[in-house]
Amino acid sequence: MAADIETLYRDVILDHNRRPRNFRVLEDGGKAEGSNPLCGDRLTVYLRVASETIQDAAFQGYGCAIAIASASLMTESVKGKTLAEAEALFEQLLQMITAPAEAPLGDLGGLSALAGVRQFPVRVKCATLPWQALRAAAAGRVEVVSTE
Amino acid sequence: MNAPRRSADPSRPTPVRDAAAIRRDFPLLARRVHGKPLAYLDNAATTQKPQVVIDRVTQFYVEENANVHRGVHWLSERATGAFEEARATIGRFLNARRAEEIVFVRGTTEAINLVAQTYGRSRVARGDEIVISTMEHHSNIVPWQILCEQQGARLRIIPITDAGELDLDAYATLLTDRTRIVSVVHVSNVLGTVNPVQEIVRIAHQRGIPVLVDGAQAVAHAAVDVQTLGCDFYAFSGHKMFGPTGVGVLYGTSALLESMPPYQSGGDMIRSVSFEQTQYDVPPFRFEAGTPDIAGVVGLAAAIGYLIGIGFERIARHERELLEYATVALSRLPGVRVIGTAAAKAGVLSFVLDGVHPHDVGTILDREGVAVRTGHHCCQPLMARLGLPATTRASLALYNTREDIDALVSALHKVRELFDGR
Repeated sequence: MAADIETLYRDVILDHNRRPRNFRVLEDGGKAEGSNPLCGDRLTVYLRVASETIQDAAFQGYGCAIAIASASLMTESVKGKTLAEAEALFEQLLQMITAPAEAPLGDLGGLSALAGVRQFPVRVKCATLPWQALRAAAAGRVEVVSTE
Repeated sequence: MNAPRRSADPSRPTPVRDAAAIRRDFPLLARRVHGKPLAYLDNAATTQKPQVVIDRVTQFYVEENANVHRGVHWLSERATGAFEEARATIGRFLNARRAEEIVFVRGTTEAINLVAQTYGRSRVARGDEIVISTMEHHSNIVPWQILCEQQGARLRIIPITDAGELDLDAYATLLTDRTRIVSVVHVSNVLGTVNPVQEIVRIAHQRGIPVLVDGAQAVAHAAVDVQTLGCDFYAFSGHKMFGPTGVGVLYGTSALLESMPPYQSGGDMIRSVSFEQTQYDVPPFRFEAGTPDIAGVVGLAAAIGYLIGIGFERIARHERELLEYATVALSRLPGVRVIGTAAAKAGVLSFVLDGVHPHDVGTILDREGVAVRTGHHCCQPLMARLGLPATTRASLALYNTREDIDALVSALHKVRELFDGR
């Protein structure tokens, strides 16, 4: 049974794509770039961390609606979390979007808007791109991460 | 429903049929995708196969399968006969002077690698130059980059205009007495531009420089005559012209092929082997080490027979009309910009949609049964020149109809609705 396109492009996703939150540069923190050469997507994630807690998160760049919305939702959901909590959130998100279509959905707050990605396996890498960059920024790595 | 087996004979043309009838020759096109009729518009990536090609490959395995060029038994003679007959068919198709000028490879990519590593390694020295263009596919860039690294040579790049045409004046000034080869694409897989190969060859030959033409996107759409083009090498893939995957052709003039060292080595490419010395076979066998894709080769010959049976003039006319229809239809859509507006253009339609990423366009189109390609199309330097990270590309073939274009346009309306807010 084919999923409706609206399962993927929910209003929340389209809204975050149109008006991405925290779409700005953070001057006084770490940053890392995520790149998806096949699509030409390129995002920079900025992170300000104090005593293992994310004080502020932001991003800029170019990408498809799923990558932009995922980045926007990510910056909202990780603020105030510890790095370990953010990593756990990424794991939960990954589980949600790679689970079989009929598996029950846990509650991931705002990130639940991305649940439709599980019906579109080729788009998983779009949703995870900003999270890979976040992980690299948290680890202080400087190289460009890629989901290809 | 099958085209006659002997349709390669131009004196017996098949009755004129329209695209809808031709479409029925391709069993896959009857499939439904996500509950919708399939509008297959990704022909620049690969084409579907007509029943005659599928049948020919099956027939080879059912009736003729054996290895070629070595067995004394009846089956091996049959297989060798079919294989070499296919070589002759392809030679006639390209108007090569001799069948021996046809070398079987895996595809365009391998053909270019072969020339770079045989002709290139034996002729290119430190300080020499290789000329390619801005609109090349990665497969006509990277083999030359590797050669340049190996030999200490350098790449020179023919620029393009904003319409997506080669700048021929700039090209002429790029050629020097250090230029060892010019390698250009016949038809651009992103822009659809048909390059003036004859003129490119004429200018290079004035300086005695050989020219390789990447014909991957040309052969399914127009008759190719290597003698008229005047090129020294011509490369193409079978799967982009309705033949099987895994088989392609390198045409090279006998003079050049005979002067080139082997590519891969092993069986079927030698005259005699001793531990002291090995003598290589003559072209084309010198370049065909190991057991070739025999079924693929006879399948490719069947595809060429099928195309000749329909007639390239008809194919070109049909695709020209369809391209015009599609270009007009797309231009009427708000926020659509067509990329590649060359005067001479084949059935490739790249475009960007204002405010919507091509990847999102591709996903939404797919759910409507419309298959297109999105991304950089293995042409990152070209995309950088165009200032675009990606495009959506619809590419046409002889079996596409106005209904396919209408499905594309209506799916694009759906994209607009979704992204402009409901």
